[in-house]
Amino acid sequence: MQLLRFTTAGSVDDGKSTLIGRLLYDSKSIFEDQLAAVQLSSERKGLGHVDLSLLTDGLRAEREQGITIDVAYRYFATPKRKFIIADTPGHIQYTRNMVTGASTANLALILVDARNGIVEQTCRHSFIASLLQIPHLIVCINKMDLVDYAEDRFNQIVEEYTEFASKLDVTDIRYIPISALNGDNVVNRSENMDWYQGATLLNTLETIHIASDYNHIDGRFPVQTIIRPHSDEYHDYRGYAGRVAGGIFRPGDKVTVLPSGLSSKIKSIDTFGGAVEEAFPPMSVSITLEDDIDISRGDMIVKQNNQPHVSQEVDMMVCWLNNRPMQQGAKYYLRHTSREVRSVIKEVVYKIDINTLHRMEGDKEIKMNDIARVRLRTTQPLMLDAYRKNRSTGSLILVDESTNETVAAGMVVDSFNN
Amino acid sequence: MHKYYLNHLQELEAEAIFVIREVVAQFDKPGILFSGGKDSIVVTHLAKKAFWPAKIPMPLIHIDTGHNFPETMAFRDNLVKELGVQLIVGSVEESLRKGRVKEETGINASRNALQITTLLDAIEEHKIDAAIGGARRDEEKARAKERFFSHRDDFGQWDPKNQRPELWNIFNGRKQMGEHFRVFPISNWTEMDVWNYIKEQNIAIPSLYFAHQRQVIYRDNTWLPLSEFVTLRQGESVEEKQIRFRTLGDITITGGIESDADTLEKIVAEVAAVRSTERGNRGDDKRSETSMEDRKKLGYF
Repeated sequence: MQLLRFTTAGSVDDGKSTLIGRLLYDSKSIFEDQLAAVQLSSERKGLGHVDLSLLTDGLRAEREQGITIDVAYRYFATPKRKFIIADTPGHIQYTRNMVTGASTANLALILVDARNGIVEQTCRHSFIASLLQIPHLIVCINKMDLVDYAEDRFNQIVEEYTEFASKLDVTDIRYIPISALNGDNVVNRSENMDWYQGATLLNTLETIHIASDYNHIDGRFPVQTIIRPHSDEYHDYRGYAGRVAGGIFRPGDKVTVLPSGLSSKIKSIDTFGGAVEEAFPPMSVSITLEDDIDISRGDMIVKQNNQPHVSQEVDMMVCWLNNRPMQQGAKYYLRHTSREVRSVIKEVVYKIDINTLHRMEGDKEIKMNDIARVRLRTTQPLMLDAYRKNRSTGSLILVDESTNETVAAGMVVDSFNN
Repeated sequence: MHKYYLNHLQELEAEAIFVIREVVAQFDKPGILFSGGKDSIVVTHLAKKAFWPAKIPMPLIHIDTGHNFPETMAFRDNLVKELGVQLIVGSVEESLRKGRVKEETGINASRNALQITTLLDAIEEHKIDAAIGGARRDEEKARAKERFFSHRDDFGQWDPKNQRPELWNIFNGRKQMGEHFRVFPISNWTEMDVWNYIKEQNIAIPSLYFAHQRQVIYRDNTWLPLSEFVTLRQGESVEEKQIRFRTLGDITITGGIESDADTLEKIVAEVAAVRSTERGNRGDDKRSETSMEDRKKLGYF
């Protein structure tokens, strides 16, 4: 059974809670005592229906204000797959939460109200999904019951979206006409839309090919920590512990350690269950090398014939996550894989209007929820890949030096001339 | 042909091992909060895997309410011996003796809330800067909002409205003096995942999880185990039932369910079929709609 992580975003009205509720309920992932508690709360609030958002709006402030403040994670499984939903609120701190939820997702669900077609919010969701390089997009055209299950309306919206999506960087987009309220094409095939021959939403989620979502080409192994048992049995053991961030490693591979540039060969790839012949993302393993060379946390073991860009200049898209705006010329801690360095913002190249996707070259003030292209310089070299090529070695965060808060998410832009 | 993907348990395991290694790499004095329950046993097992062939490079921390299942204590001591790790015990009895906390009174008195003070005292005394716990997001709605790396201020408090965003797998453990982190490596696991993993890895767990004959009292819709700490109320009687526990906590607030699941296979089948959450039998969660959040803000697990 594989694990699929997907993200949903939207406001109360577009039927998102209903859709998630239906997926959870129809897959029997809501327990009786949870349902009873939600029913009771809904009645207490004087609602005429069972408000499924109460299932995860768990914080006191959320329940009081009837809003979702934070990304909520929900879990369900079918006999075919296990699913993790990162459900992000539609209004408050919208971009920040959507970016957070999207950062680990294989797939994004975009909800479109069949009556309204593509609206500003659809564009924002889609742009963020594309910026975060979510490999698969499912556009659910919802509330088909309110447009008489009309094929024309569906085709119209598909055409509209396809045109908009040509500006995005997403290759796998699918369209499904649904009614979350009545269950059409969610778990069961619709009896009202004979004209739709494609798969239901759940069936798509269960079968979409996700095994190639990781980079299996460029060998990247950021070292997290060194394992030295100091025991009689393993007296000279020195294992470099980490999680494979790209490529496939095998014993005997010629490797280079960056940034030092020293070379060696992989002696073994160890796990508690025994040595393995291959390690690929996202496996956590320990690598031992033939030669005794100086390696510490923050170094990266890579294949000798395929190396990342080693640089102290970073060209990236950032999403600003903090109330305090970005300070040009200010210094931030920068975390990239297992490495931490200090950095300084050199230049804001442009800001993006996420509703129109226009570049705003004059506006250089980067505030919470803004997305911009930025150049910065670091005190120590980083081993970078473009985010497009590798979501692990192409992503980074900035941390405020005085508050220690995570203030920005960065995605490395492919501008290397190597 | 090889297929280069992990199944869901392998992926969750790889994620948890990554998180546990991050803790050891980023902090000076981490520790594992060990309750003797299945989740903390799984976390300890993952830590063993993360650092093999070295020993787990941090102590286990047990907050002892004094109201224990004897089986849990024996299990804990065996495990500590087998792993060769240090055990730190924070004792609620001692906090009571020192006057740090006062025993609750009244009809549903328990030592559940008292653990917060004992835990924070233990963290301070041993200068623990990261406490790894077995909490999962699927368990309870306040826990659904937890980060993997969850910041605590210098009073040990959680501020759920002002949490650091967590992106990709980059974890920010930076903190000021006196602050600490709680870390939850199995955040993304469900109860089903935990049981399937225990079965697949053949991890030893206390016998209390398996169906057994026990003297119990029916109270608040659950079978409460008879112990020296429980007094019978009017209309209550002691019965002998075949029960098992879905979670383990303080003996005075942990209810059991009637079950004949006496093997891991049967437990997995039972969990798959059961229609109520595992914490449904926990008295500590029933005090109000947000009782978990309220306790967590103060420093609870």
